Amino acid sequence: MRLVTGVIKPFKLEDVKTALESFGVHGLTVSEVQGFGRQRGHTEVYRGAEYTVAFVPKVKIEVLVDDADALDIVEVIAKAAQTGSIGDGKVWSMPVDEVVRVRTGERGVEAL
Amino acid sequence: MDPELIDGANAGFVMVCAFLVLLMIPGLAFFYGGMSRSKNVLNMIMMSFSAIAIVSVLWVLYGYSLAFGTDRNGLIGFSSGLLGLTDLTDNAVFGAVEAGADGVVNTYLLPDMIFAGFQLMFAALTVALISGAVADRMKFGAWMAFVVLWASVVYFPVAHWVFAFGVAEEGGEAAGFANGFFAADTGGWIVNRLGALDLAGGTAVHINAGAAALALVLVLGRRRGFRKEPMRPHNLPFVMLGAGLLWFGWFGFNVGSTLGATAYSGLVLMNTQVATAAAVLGWLAIEKLRDGHMTSLGAASGAVAGLVAITPACGFVNAYGAIAIGLLSGIACAFAVTLKNRLGYDDALDVVGVHLVGGMVGTLMIGVVGDSTHTLTDSLFFGGSLGLLGTQAIAAFAVLAYSFAVTFVIALLLKAVMGIRVADEEEITGIDQMTHAETAYEIGGGITGGGSATPPVTRPSSVEVSS
Repeated sequence: MRLVTGVIKPFKLEDVKTALESFGVHGLTVSEVQGFGRQRGHTEVYRGAEYTVAFVPKVKIEVLVDDADALDIVEVIAKAAQTGSIGDGKVWSMPVDEVVRVRTGERGVEAL
Repeated sequence: MDPELIDGANAGFVMVCAFLVLLMIPGLAFFYGGMSRSKNVLNMIMMSFSAIAIVSVLWVLYGYSLAFGTDRNGLIGFSSGLLGLTDLTDNAVFGAVEAGADGVVNTYLLPDMIFAGFQLMFAALTVALISGAVADRMKFGAWMAFVVLWASVVYFPVAHWVFAFGVAEEGGEAAGFANGFFAADTGGWIVNRLGALDLAGGTAVHINAGAAALALVLVLGRRRGFRKEPMRPHNLPFVMLGAGLLWFGWFGFNVGSTLGATAYSGLVLMNTQVATAAAVLGWLAIEKLRDGHMTSLGAASGAVAGLVAITPACGFVNAYGAIAIGLLSGIACAFAVTLKNRLGYDDALDVVGVHLVGGMVGTLMIGVVGDSTHTLTDSLFFGGSLGLLGTQAIAAFAVLAYSFAVTFVIALLLKAVMGIRVADEEEITGIDQMTHAETAYEIGGGITGGGSATPPVTRPSSVEVSS
């Protein structure tokens, strides 16, 4: 099993969710996060004084998937989240040792 | 005097205006509170509320007597019968005045208690205005002591100078606003003896509060991180709400200062509105040209700058003059608020940049664009005389100098006696939490707070648990 994580622009969340659902993904976790990459922060102006806001708001989505689907799902997220401009975010996947469905106690691929 | 001489419509109107001016203070609290950082928003609001509480009591006990008691050489008033407002309960009436077109003077009678209540709100508001400058770092106890001292030795006398118009005895020498009516030998020195024009308090309220704010922050010192850390407003919708409430209440302030509901009051209403609107446009234009963005904080600040500037002038200019004063104040204040970053004094929420500068613009501009129909004295554009401008400048700088000097002494005194600045730890943690034992917002307390997640009821047996 693998955990696919994407940090994306907040307004692309609906697109990514729709794309994942049509791929057949049954669930995902979403959190609001802040950070910066090459985009860096942005500036805001208050009464003529400029402030640099270092961390930009982003959305992080996490999906637990079967090994076989991992690369496809990375592609699905990357494609759905793309705008082509700076600050689109990143998607990565990493191995997962163990998964348990809390309600039933199922383990491994059964729990996905 | 005969109570039947009281004009009910005017009296009722001024009473409602008193309520409107009171509403400006919570409006100001939100205006300042939204601009402060979230860890200090309650402290910011409490400074305004405490000003209402303290000044109301002082006003009734002795403030009204000092401001509006029997004149003592134009510098201060005092009447022992006005301590505790004792003599006002007897249907005493105050002669209100309207300087109508062509210098025709109409007088109305107003219950003195209503006038005293109206003026109470001015006193409380003026003190509260200062609090914006000291945001994030002043000890709350020191603020309360400051309110007592400042109201007593700065506001009450200055209110006398500007608002205690002595009415001429029959045949007495007259001067000032509504020539031929105000006495030259009694009443506050600015309104009577000098004859400067200030309808609703550009000098006594705004220059006074702005100069005091400057003196107080020079003694108090800068916020930690001033000019290094971003100190962005934590809630701009609060700022807009506060500005809206101020704008609304300001009609009570300006129009109510005509002490009646007359044709002249209508002029004041319209001048107040159009000057404020022009100031919003002026401020936004500067922002667009200078920063590239028209901000909501700029619109709110422009509105307040315009309201401040038109306050002294609202009854002495025509619509063109009001628009000119509004535009000029929006532009001047948009530049003035950046001065603190260059000069290094930490006027946190720009009381100096908006109230001192806006008050100066409005007070002086009467001498430039004052309409001689209403000023009854020639201004620069109406008659080409510099005399009125000079008179206005004397009034403005006298209040500025007195307020700055006395406030500086008060601040040094409080600093020596009790300390005026919170400890470093409190400044970093937040005054809300450490002084008031409250915080404004519950952050992240949504679904995970409240202790154990175990459901209080057992699962109905009809539901199958799959395994």
